[in-house]
Amino acid sequence: MWDSEYAAQLLPAFLPAFAVTIGATITGFMLAVLFGLLFAIAGRSAAAPVRWASRSVVEFIRSTPLLVQAFFLYYSVPMLTPVAMPAFATGVLALGLHYGTYMSEVFRSGIDAVPRGQWEASTALHLSKRKTWISVILPQAIPPVIPVMGNYLIVIFKETPTLMAITLVELLLTAKTEASATYRVFEPYTIVGLLFLAVSLIFSLGIRRLEKKWSFGRENEKGGLR
Amino acid sequence: MITQIEKQWYDESAENEAGHALSPSLRPAGGKPIVRFRSVRKSFGELPVLKGIDLDIYPGEKIALIGPSGSGKTTLGRMLMTLEEPTAGTILIDGEPLWAMEKNGKPVRANEKHLQKMRGKVGMVFQHFHLFPHMSVLKNVTLAPRSVLKLSKEEAEELAVAMLRKVGLEDKLHVYPSQLSGGQKQRVAIARALVMQPKIMVFDEVTSALDPELVGEVLSVIKEIAKEGQMAMLLITHEMEFAREVADRVIFGAEGLIVEEGKPEQIFTNPRSERLQAFLQRFL
Repeated sequence: MWDSEYAAQLLPAFLPAFAVTIGATITGFMLAVLFGLLFAIAGRSAAAPVRWASRSVVEFIRSTPLLVQAFFLYYSVPMLTPVAMPAFATGVLALGLHYGTYMSEVFRSGIDAVPRGQWEASTALHLSKRKTWISVILPQAIPPVIPVMGNYLIVIFKETPTLMAITLVELLLTAKTEASATYRVFEPYTIVGLLFLAVSLIFSLGIRRLEKKWSFGRENEKGGLR
Repeated sequence: MITQIEKQWYDESAENEAGHALSPSLRPAGGKPIVRFRSVRKSFGELPVLKGIDLDIYPGEKIALIGPSGSGKTTLGRMLMTLEEPTAGTILIDGEPLWAMEKNGKPVRANEKHLQKMRGKVGMVFQHFHLFPHMSVLKNVTLAPRSVLKLSKEEAEELAVAMLRKVGLEDKLHVYPSQLSGGQKQRVAIARALVMQPKIMVFDEVTSALDPELVGEVLSVIKEIAKEGQMAMLLITHEMEFAREVADRVIFGAEGLIVEEGKPEQIFTNPRSERLQAFLQRFL
């Protein structure tokens, strides 16, 4: 059933698709982190309308499927507005928005874990809200949630095949194209599966390392050596 | 929400001396109060914590605020530092309302910008230090001068080192808070607050969280700072000896009200109210 020669022939076709998948994963992840931070910070704004808007957007995005969002951004937005983005840009934006809402929950838990005294000390030192976020709160809120962020990196990676629905030529669409050209489905889909497996394993290994690095020598306000 | 009393402060002049809370014998010669509390009330939900506080603090004056736990001492300090908003009444700093501002000629509730401006004159040291755990001692002390006062790195570090020398920690510049003792942490916190050169500093039970053998080092640092004189201090404390030694005026509060105030000798040797007598008994 498995034809190594055919599999070897396929590999060059997968190379660009692999690059697209990795590119979409990294860019989508970075956007998710950015949106996640924005949602989390806006969700804590002193202005009620900002808080309300942020929470509604998060709730809305989380209650609809990524696939529907991708279709909407790719097919409907160009009809409603003069903005028409290529498949890659649309895809990473959809990934970033969708997982940004999940990431905002992750950041929220990290932010909530920073003791209130840190905010109060910042006020007592006359730091601006902005400076307090950047220099005091986020540097303490983010390190503990890095492992969870890493898990979302893997989730985003595994969700990239969704984007074939908006014509992004990533791994799965490439496999499908090859399979329909040759009517041989076994090799292309197996290769895709193995590639996903290999990269996921590498990601989780990296995350475990980060986890170790951050669990050691992490300082918090009350704990630590005396 | 703006209170009736705040409106009144706008209608009258901020310089109005009527209703002065402090008897002339206690009032330091010359100078206007740097801080005035006027009928300040604070409730948490249904629970009234402060039930009408009138208090004037003069430039450079050292005030010890003593009283049983739960009498609202800390809340008073926190309102001055803008960490709690009064339920009613007015707090004036240099004659300007802290929690209210003027907008189109009308008094409105203070926004963050107004608070940011006003709190520049106030500093605070906390019971639990609240050092930034992810920053070295030096970084803890230079953060605000660099970010708020816009000092260069060199200027800020020079100032920080001078302050850390004052609290006896110039050899700990590159150490992280977790490696310090409680007393050392609190001295860093004092240096960090001092470096902003506030006109009035709130010391909120700064030795209450310390092991007994570490209390002395922190109190002696505060005494040294008090001797320098220019900065007014609101010392919320349970250390009666310390209060007696440092304070120009001692205020005894209980159940959300100021019960008695006076010079340290009078308060500690000749307390008038039964409430204060009973309170001091426990410290003998």
